[in-house]
Amino acid sequence: MTGVLFGFGLSLSEMINPARVIGFLDVAGKWDATLLFVMGGALLVTAPLFPLILRRARPLLDRQFFVPTKSAIDRPLIVGAAIFGIGWGLGGFCPGPALAGLATASPSMALFVVAMIAGQWAAGRIVK
Amino acid sequence: MVEVNVIGGLIGGALIGLAASLLLLFNGRIAGISGIVGGIFSGNNFAERLWRALFVVGIVCGAALYSIICGAPYIQLQTNTPILIVAGLLVGFGTRLGSGCTSGHGVCGLARRSPRSLAATVTFILFGALTVFLLRHLSF
Repeated sequence: MTGVLFGFGLSLSEMINPARVIGFLDVAGKWDATLLFVMGGALLVTAPLFPLILRRARPLLDRQFFVPTKSAIDRPLIVGAAIFGIGWGLGGFCPGPALAGLATASPSMALFVVAMIAGQWAAGRIVK
Repeated sequence: MVEVNVIGGLIGGALIGLAASLLLLFNGRIAGISGIVGGIFSGNNFAERLWRALFVVGIVCGAALYSIICGAPYIQLQTNTPILIVAGLLVGFGTRLGSGCTSGHGVCGLARRSPRSLAATVTFILFGALTVFLLRHLSF
């Protein structure tokens, strides 16, 4: 159910459209601020709710919360984020919209998702 | 085409935020799409893989539902298929190495006021903008 809501939100916000994403990243061209509103809209909800939810002893359907505990800003984090940023700028897709794009049954989208999973697998082999 | 979609963006964003909050409330999980996808293939137990797979199916269904109710969304591909495959590889590699993407670091991590997520978000936006700048304004 939460996945459905997530996918619907992605479509409604047009983040599924790479033109919007590239438009946001294209600071020197015709800058498109839509992504900023999407992130703002999401954070308006998560920023107040997350601390409230995390104050609970446990989630409703599980025994514990699974929240990242690392706090060090290390090299893998920054290098990974940079590589992700380059890929994001090249194609205009991050993982969520790419999955939502599968709903359009476009072969290019499917190839992107397969490549993305392959990339994750490769990184998993190197990191471990 | 460059009209900013303020209303759609805000409401769509709020829905994404609501979905992430509900996932945390019910399942105690962070809605980081890259991590969820990665865990489908490398998860250690069946239940772990199942909820992730269901979440991904949900995203596809949500987008399909949108198409049914509101008409097919615009998807204007910005590049050709070979480049898109390279982009996919980089996105997959980078999100695994950097343990997160726009949803995990950007939406959930910032909400938890995680310094790691802030650093990651600033980095990928910076490198994304740099990539677009090089492609659009320096070459050709």
